[in-house]
Amino acid sequence: MSRQSNRATDSKKMNSELFTLTYGALVTQLCKDYENDEEVNKQLDKMGYNIGVRLIEDFLARSSIGRCQDFRETADVIAKVAFKMYLGITPSVTNWSPAGDEFSLILENNPLVDFVELPDNHSTLIYSNLLCGILRGALEMVQMAVDVRFAQDTLRGDNVTEIRMRFIKRIEENHPAGDKCGVLLNSHIFCTMKKIFNLVSRLVKH
Amino acid sequence: MADEVLFEFLHMEIVSHVYKEQQTNKGEMDSKERGQCISVLENMGFRVGQGIIERLTRDSPSFKDELDIMKFICKDFWTKVFRRQVDNLRTNHQVNVLTECDCSQKSYLAFSCGIVRGALSNLGLESVVTAEVSIMPSCKFQVVIQKL
Repeated sequence: MSRQSNRATDSKKMNSELFTLTYGALVTQLCKDYENDEEVNKQLDKMGYNIGVRLIEDFLARSSIGRCQDFRETADVIAKVAFKMYLGITPSVTNWSPAGDEFSLILENNPLVDFVELPDNHSTLIYSNLLCGILRGALEMVQMAVDVRFAQDTLRGDNVTEIRMRFIKRIEENHPAGDKCGVLLNSHIFCTMKKIFNLVSRLVKH
Repeated sequence: MADEVLFEFLHMEIVSHVYKEQQTNKGEMDSKERGQCISVLENMGFRVGQGIIERLTRDSPSFKDELDIMKFICKDFWTKVFRRQVDNLRTNHQVNVLTECDCSQKSYLAFSCGIVRGALSNLGLESVVTAEVSIMPSCKFQVVIQKL
């Protein structure tokens, strides 16, 4: 099992400049397409969500991590495994609420903002909002409803980037107990088939 | 280091956003709208290519001629962007440069073309870059350099 995951991490690394610049091009394009920053933030979150619901599949397959026992374990997995795997950074998990349902991810350096400076007229833009969407989407696929938002951002003059995550509830699905995996798998297969279908129809159109 | 899977999902989202944005009515897109989508994606790639080449050529000596530039593009630049070298570079009298590479970008090629065009543009070559997938995993990029 370890051999397999090693291979996967080795071969899937790419130039992070390309990633950062591409993300920059996307945000620039969104700023052109929409009137105000609010709309851009919303769109980034939506796109992140779409990425997250697919990314979780890849994450579970490659990390071979099972079900988390509690929210603390989830937080650790996100910081130490997921962020490490996809962005090559390990944020620290801090500021737990007394009830243990809310914590912060502190990003020392956020690779998304490597070459970025916000102009004055975009003061309300949450540049890295895609990350929130990804986290929300991915966790929703493992039956966790969470609220994710940026509390601090280096782009807006803060010392660190802080993502605040709050556990809302466990999403119960309406099916017999013990069949969770099966249903999850089915919905994934359905999604994948839909993706393939879309791709094929697009190819045919061209 | 970022991960390729994340990038691919991001790229898919970008493409789907651009197509949604350009589609004015609910029905089928006409060829003009489709052309606009390609051009938006291409322009996004162009900007990215410019940024990458700026950073890549920071410490390299200046290039002798077009062929020298193309060699750099096919070796260093290509490896950096697409993680592999160009398999096959064919030129005819330095006007048309045909390159072949194996890349998994499928029909989502406009962005990649833009990246190559942006890089060439910053090296002082105005060009038109097109790409086609003839046999599935391989992809053929055609670079036509505009003589000024």
